[in-house]
Amino acid sequence: MPAVSKGDGMRGLAVFISDIRNCKSKEAEIKRINKELANIRSKFKGDKALDGYSKKKYVCKLLFIFLLGHDIDFGHMEAVNLLSSNKYTEKQIGYLFISVLVNSNSELIRLINNAIKNDLASRNPTFMCLALHCIANVGSREMGEAFAADIPRILVAGDSMDSVKQSAALCLLRLYKASPDLVPMGEWTARVVHLLNDQHMGVVTAAVSLITCLCKKNPDDFKTCVSLAVSRLSRIVSSASTDLQDYTYYFVPAPWLSVKLLRLLQCYPPPEDAAVKGRLVECLETVLNKAQEPPKSKKVQHSNAKNAILFETISLIIHYDSEPNLLVRACNQLGQFLQHRETNLRYLALESMCTLASSEFSHEAVKTHIDTVINALKTERDVSVRQRAADLLYAMCDRSNAKQIVSEMLRYLETADYAIREEIVLKVAILAEKYAVDYSWYVDTILNLIRIAGDYVSEEVWYRVLQIVTNRDDVQGYAAKTVFEALQAPACHENMVKVGGYILGEFGNLIAGDPRSSPPVQFSLLHSKFHLCSVATRALLLSTYIKFINLFPETKATIQGVLRAGSQLRNADVELQQRAVEYLTLSSVASTDVLATVLEEMPPFPERESSILAKLKRKKGPGAGSALDDSRRDPSSHDINGGVEPTPSTVSTPSPSADLLGLRAAPPPAAPPAPSGAGNLLVDVFSDSPAAQPGLGPSPEEAFLSELEPPAPESPMALLADPAPAADAGPEDIGPPIPEADELLNKFVCRNNGVLFENQLLQIGVKSEFRQNLGRMYLFYGNKTSVQFQNFSPTVVHPGDLQTHILSAWPSPAPPGSTPMIPVPRPVTWPLRALHSLR
Amino acid sequence: MIKFFLMVNKQGQTRLSKYYEHVEINKRTLLETEVIKSCLSRSNEQCSFIEYKDFKLIYRQYAALFIVVGVNDTENEMAIYEFIHNFVEVLDDYFSRVSELDVSFFSAVSQVFHTSWQRTG
Repeated sequence: MPAVSKGDGMRGLAVFISDIRNCKSKEAEIKRINKELANIRSKFKGDKALDGYSKKKYVCKLLFIFLLGHDIDFGHMEAVNLLSSNKYTEKQIGYLFISVLVNSNSELIRLINNAIKNDLASRNPTFMCLALHCIANVGSREMGEAFAADIPRILVAGDSMDSVKQSAALCLLRLYKASPDLVPMGEWTARVVHLLNDQHMGVVTAAVSLITCLCKKNPDDFKTCVSLAVSRLSRIVSSASTDLQDYTYYFVPAPWLSVKLLRLLQCYPPPEDAAVKGRLVECLETVLNKAQEPPKSKKVQHSNAKNAILFETISLIIHYDSEPNLLVRACNQLGQFLQHRETNLRYLALESMCTLASSEFSHEAVKTHIDTVINALKTERDVSVRQRAADLLYAMCDRSNAKQIVSEMLRYLETADYAIREEIVLKVAILAEKYAVDYSWYVDTILNLIRIAGDYVSEEVWYRVLQIVTNRDDVQGYAAKTVFEALQAPACHENMVKVGGYILGEFGNLIAGDPRSSPPVQFSLLHSKFHLCSVATRALLLSTYIKFINLFPETKATIQGVLRAGSQLRNADVELQQRAVEYLTLSSVASTDVLATVLEEMPPFPERESSILAKLKRKKGPGAGSALDDSRRDPSSHDINGGVEPTPSTVSTPSPSADLLGLRAAPPPAAPPAPSGAGNLLVDVFSDSPAAQPGLGPSPEEAFLSELEPPAPESPMALLADPAPAADAGPEDIGPPIPEADELLNKFVCRNNGVLFENQLLQIGVKSEFRQNLGRMYLFYGNKTSVQFQNFSPTVVHPGDLQTHILSAWPSPAPPGSTPMIPVPRPVTWPLRALHSLR
Repeated sequence: MIKFFLMVNKQGQTRLSKYYEHVEINKRTLLETEVIKSCLSRSNEQCSFIEYKDFKLIYRQYAALFIVVGVNDTENEMAIYEFIHNFVEVLDDYFSRVSELDVSFFSAVSQVFHTSWQRTG
């Protein structure tokens, strides 16, 4: 029979346990347990007082029964009684019981706290340790409230024993983690830092854990720990193997303590003091050197411990990111590990290298290992190692190796786990866009992505490719041709149909000359997929058909026939039905000019941050920032608008003729102003007004602007393409063209928004919305000069009885800052009938 | 930070479990079965670190017993890996050639565990 407890007998318990183990069935076990419970109950209620040994025995039995899974509802009082005994074993069992079976009876808690207080105040280190362990194990808020003030005192008291200091440090750590507000910083913090100099390694270890946690919230209080930690670390690292007897693990001195010290140093920036810094660098170099020496022992534990320190050292070097030669050495060391026999080391090396890749000093060194990494991607058996290799390829990608890396990742995608496919798709899309010199390569890559992993290609990805194709004239023809060929494949993913439908609708005319892709062929190709698609795709295809009617009049009859078919006109889905009806009517009623205007090619999209990057960041969570944030090293521009470097969108120099608020003619595309709403309108010109862009410019004013301004069109006729009046969108917006009026006011007959007044200094815009009997009007004041307006106070004069009907008018704040473009919203709410007099 | 420490045998019975963050009782069994399933399906050539939900599992196999430690990403994996071994060595010393049966008796093991945990932090 195996040994039961720490050698103090309790034979009764041993007998009980062996009885339980010998029970043949569950029922027998329960019977035996119930018998024992009854016995214990009677003993506890009995007249004669139990002696310490019996109490201990019964309480221990109760604990065992509890751990078997049965509920215990008595015995707490006896356990608490045991706490006040003077014998260690009895106390121990008492504490064990109450740590495991936490009771919320307040009377008992009071007694328990009393007992703990007594033990803490006693001079006996074993008792103090028991009490501290109990506090740490329970760690409840009540305990924290009772003891949080006492423990720091015990920790730094000069006469506390080492074991007590250790327990106190860890107990304080536990309480701090559970309820940080209960542990006040005080003068004890300086003394805690000095514990790092203690002789006893255990105390140092415990102190390091405590300081690491505390300094996250209060870094300044513990700043002095850095130099102490450095000196401690260098002493350990340079110690011979005969020092630190107890703390040497397979010839490695204090590995866990070293790791902890290195981790503590990662909470602070590199030390400013030259001496400390020099010592630290020396120490790090020693660790790196030791890694190259032959091992002192053949055992795997020795090398594991050594490598643990090595990896933590490399983390620290990466964190500091200021010593180029250390970084390069670290990179080389990791490079050696990449081909190590042990899978663990390869995994850790790939992971560390990922963070190294984003540092500018070591980026080049990392790139030299690209072949090894690609090999790992192909040949590793372990999926988590392959995934790390893929992450590393993403991190080390730049212009020189982009094509190679993207093709490798595409190949990997074909056999990748389903769980990680979406992430890889996003990464490939980002890389392809960022490093594309030749945009036809980019189009190919994205179409390949859709072909290989169509289900995992999210909307952001194919929106992006459409944006890019629309913006770049040179790639439109190529895109049309490629998409046409891709659609001819027998099993074609729905996303491909969406992309293909849109591109052919816009640019199908570019390939119409070739007899193989003549208009009727294009139409029949798309229509053959029509019935296989979901509602959203079909809606997109209907829009493509009407664009075909415009581009290729010879197909008009066929397409009208399709639209007229009962399956469209009486389709169960409202969107499809509406589109079919409207397009059919449009094609029959409108003249060719009108049709051409309405269905004109989409204008180029303005610059903005790729939503794919935002999506990837969301997916990976906040921790992935380092690998993705390459703003430091590679300020590659988005070469979207014909290779023009985009100006940062916060400042744009206004020219007198430029429309600040973008409410009239086009600003030149090289100076991208505030974003427009057209970005969302990839699918359909006629869809509803887009909501304000999420995750773009944070200011609410931009949200207004996005609703105000149309996409930057060249011709005045494009006012019709404005997708975003605040009122409902619908066919009535596409009325007969309005000539560009000199009188700005006239346009408010049909529109709710627009420029009201403009001169050299000021532009005033209006946006109004109406609902039932209430109207709300916003006035925007744009500062066209490059100086700030001082004492700007707008006054609104209301005619006659309009004044009495104004429900609320908010004063405008003074125009802030020197940015010449801040509008000042001034909402005024009127009841509707009063507004009739406004004209 | 260590989230939990488990000793589970191949049949899925948990011999020792210690959670350092609050996890509800019914969720614990689920967690343990899932963890042991992912550990069992690994071969020798695969590395000992698994990514599971939002933390990492570091496991080591000793005969029929798996020792699994769940950590978040602030921990050094190699150090934890060796810690597991150190812990087993201490148990070995204490019980003189420890076996799974010894581990089933909680009190001694948990005492040893707490103490060795302190020493190595």
